[in-house]
Order: sequence, then C-alpha cells, then structure tokens
Amino acid sequence: MSNPTLTAHNLVRRYGPHTAVDHVSFELHRGEVLGFLGPNGAGKSTTMQMLTGNLAPSGGSVRICGVDLREHPREAKAKLGYLPETPPLYRDLTVDEFLILAAKLHRVGKGEIAAAVAHAKERCGLKKVGKKLIGALSKGYRQRLGIAQAIVHNPAVVILDEPTVGLDPLQIREIRSLIRELGGEHSVILSTHILPEVESACDRVQIMNEGKLVFQDTLASLKEQAGSGGLEDVFVKLVLNEEAAA
Amino acid sequence: MMLTLAAKELKSLFGSPLAWSVLAVLQALLAYVFLGQLDAYLSLQPRLTALANPPGVTEMVAVPLFGIAALVLLMATPLLSMRLIAGERRDRTLTFLFSAPLSLTEIVLGKFLGLLAFLAAVAALPALMALSLYAGGALDFGLVLANLLGLLLLAAAFAALGLFFSSLTASPTLAGISSLGAFLGLWVVNMAVTDPNSTLHTLSLLKHLESFNRGLVDSADIAYFLVFAALFLAFTVRRLDNQRLGG
Repeated sequence: MSNPTLTAHNLVRRYGPHTAVDHVSFELHRGEVLGFLGPNGAGKSTTMQMLTGNLAPSGGSVRICGVDLREHPREAKAKLGYLPETPPLYRDLTVDEFLILAAKLHRVGKGEIAAAVAHAKERCGLKKVGKKLIGALSKGYRQRLGIAQAIVHNPAVVILDEPTVGLDPLQIREIRSLIRELGGEHSVILSTHILPEVESACDRVQIMNEGKLVFQDTLASLKEQAGSGGLEDVFVKLVLNEEAAA
Repeated sequence: MMLTLAAKELKSLFGSPLAWSVLAVLQALLAYVFLGQLDAYLSLQPRLTALANPPGVTEMVAVPLFGIAALVLLMATPLLSMRLIAGERRDRTLTFLFSAPLSLTEIVLGKFLGLLAFLAAVAALPALMALSLYAGGALDFGLVLANLLGLLLLAAAFAALGLFFSSLTASPTLAGISSLGAFLGLWVVNMAVTDPNSTLHTLSLLKHLESFNRGLVDSADIAYFLVFAALFLAFTVRRLDNQRLGG
C-alpha cells in the first residue's frame, strides 16, 4: 500500500461529560473514496471538523500526507479541501470571484489561479454561471460551488459532508459521478446517511455510532456481511447491536 | 494572505449600499458644517483682525469638520464592523476561513485592515475639504495633519473594538448595538468627573482625541490608541481560538 494521505489516530472529542467522538482511528489512501456512515448525532460531522482543523480534538492526532495538523496547520490545511454541511459561500461575491478567493487563500501560485479556477468550474459544471452572484444561484449550483471551492487548489484529501442533501435525483446522480471522478486523483471522505450513495461511489466504508467506529472495511466485505438482506439491514444491525450492547 | 482577505472585505463593503450611504451621509453633514463655519468665519473676520492672537481659518473651519467626522465614525463603525465575524458565523462561512491555510491572527488582521481601509476613506473626506481652504488663503497644515492622525487612530480603535464585539456573537445586530454602547461609554466616561487627575480621563476616547484637535501630537495619546487597538485585536484572536477549542 502507498503512504496514507490522511491518518487519524485515537481522535477524541468531549463536550463536558459527553464524549462525542471516542478514540476514532483510521487511514485513507490515495485514490480511495471512503464512505463515512452513521445515524444522525453519531459524531460524523464532529470528526470531520477535527480532520479539517475547525475544531480542536480533546485527544489524538491528525496527519495529512504525513504533516501533523496541530503542529503545522498551514502545510496540512493546504493539502485539504472541505465542504461542510452548509456550503460556506459568500452571497455577495460572484462564482468567479469566490473561486479566485478560495484559490488565493489556499496558496495557489499567481500564474496558476486562472487555470485552477477554470478546471474546478469545468469539473463541477459551473462554466455558465461564472459571472452570477452566489446569492442568485439555485441550491444545486450552490452545492456544486461548495465542491468546487474544496477542489480548486487540487488538494490531496477532499472531505465532503453530506454533499447531496436537498438535491433532486438528477443532481444527485451528477454529484455522485463527480465524486467517483474525484476518487481517481484525490482521496475522498464522503459523509452521508444515504446507503445507495455509498454503494455507488465508495471503495471502503466505515460506520460510526455513538462516537465509536463500529465497522471499518471494504464495500465488498460489507455487502458480503449483508448477504441477501441488503446494506440497509446490516447497517441497522450494526447500529442497533451497539445500542443493545451499551 | 492577510491582504487578500482585507481586499475581499473592502470589496464586500463597497459592494453593499451601506458603505456608500455612510459616505454620502457623512459628506452631506460635512458640507453643511463646512459652509456654516466658513460663513461664520467670513462674517467675523473684520473683528478677528483686531484681536492680538486671532484664531485662523483652520481652527475655525477645519477643526469642527474633524469633530463631526469623529462623531459619524462613532455611529457608523458599529454598522460596518458588526457583520465582520458575527455575520460569517450566522451564514456559516467562517468554516471557509478556518479550513484554509490561514492563522487566526491573519484572519483577524485581514478583516481589521479591510475595515480600516474603508474608515481611512471616511477620514479622507474632511481632510480633503480642509485642504480646499488652501485655495483661498493660508492653512495651518500641522493642525490639519494632527487632526487627520487623531481621526485615523480613533478609527483603528473603533475598528478593533467593533471587531471584538463581532467575534462574541452570531447576531450582527447584537454585535452592532454592543459596539455602539461601548463606543459611547468610552466617549463620555469622564463626563461626570470634576477631578482633573482622575483615571477616567485616561480611559476616555474623547479626552485623547482633544489633544489632536488642538494640534498637539502627544506620544502618550498615540500610544493609548495603538494599545487600545492591539489589545482588542488580541482579544478577538483569543476568542476565535476558544471557539475552536470549545466548539
């Protein structure tokens, strides 16, 4: 196996007495799409916020391409692209202005900004709306722009938190094929609670429940465990087992 | 990086009608005061020449202009600073900055410099009007410069305090009204004090600005404004860091 692009080691996050994320460790490799599943409130978003430096972990460490996020946040963050649950878009900028800003802030070289923005727009199907104000975009376009800002600096690791929420079936299909495409060059973490999405886009799956990882393996092995019952059954089983054991 | 962010903030300001309204309102007020004072000066001029040490046109016309500009800054800065961080928190765009390879200091300074650049444009209006007097007579440039410096330092202090209040909440309105209250409080904090040696005079923004209005550039006053601004910028960085730690 190649060197991992992202390593999370024993990540812990406590809110007072409540432990939202409990000793979570995993690795991500180049060209891999990791599906990150779990019921609402399982700690997926908290984990992603810690992976991207938006939230300081109570314990554990994150390394991006071997660079420690806490010790060298700049170098590590330059290799990261993140789309949070709510796409962080400035409504008073145009699509082009916003992507140029994103490229500049992520330290894309001066001469390469135009090419990087054009490439991101093409991949996310934003060519026609470059001059439009973000405030005037439809939800689907905003979601695409959210992905575009996460990949404009060609990061090694792309983290997408529920990228298809609120989209129509056609848009969902487009975003999924985009994610599969991204998996070719980047490593992708895709958080979702839509099982077919995992089936269509991911190589590996990890399931989180109540702050702990309860499953971590390839999609093929998850399907094997599911047998004829389908992914939904095995997901419910894994999550409920955990609850029964607790 | 800092400058990229400052340029973005400035662009957003000029992209909103608010910034232009502030400039327009200020200009209208300044013009009114300017013409009024000039009129008063011209009608008094014959009698002034009889005095041993008569006040000049700079003192009588330019200085009141800067006084009005300072008051407008006091009212307008909260409106401009309130959304800087609170607005981003409300719109959930702060993640964009936190995920980018930027330090918190860079984020805070970028926003501060963007706002300060706009406030410098505000301060340039009375300075330019004062300079127009030069066309018709002698001008005390030292006094104008002292006033301009005072106004810029006041702008820096307001911007830093406004930014700090903006970092405390997710509601821009709340940040705005708290900033306004704090500015006004600092403006008048020495009002009821009769003892000239009271520490409340040291705290008062107005008191420090007065020396600049008289043409007195005192390093203690400069230090007051600079320390004031630096302190609240540091508080803002701390506050954002705590948010990352506390969630």
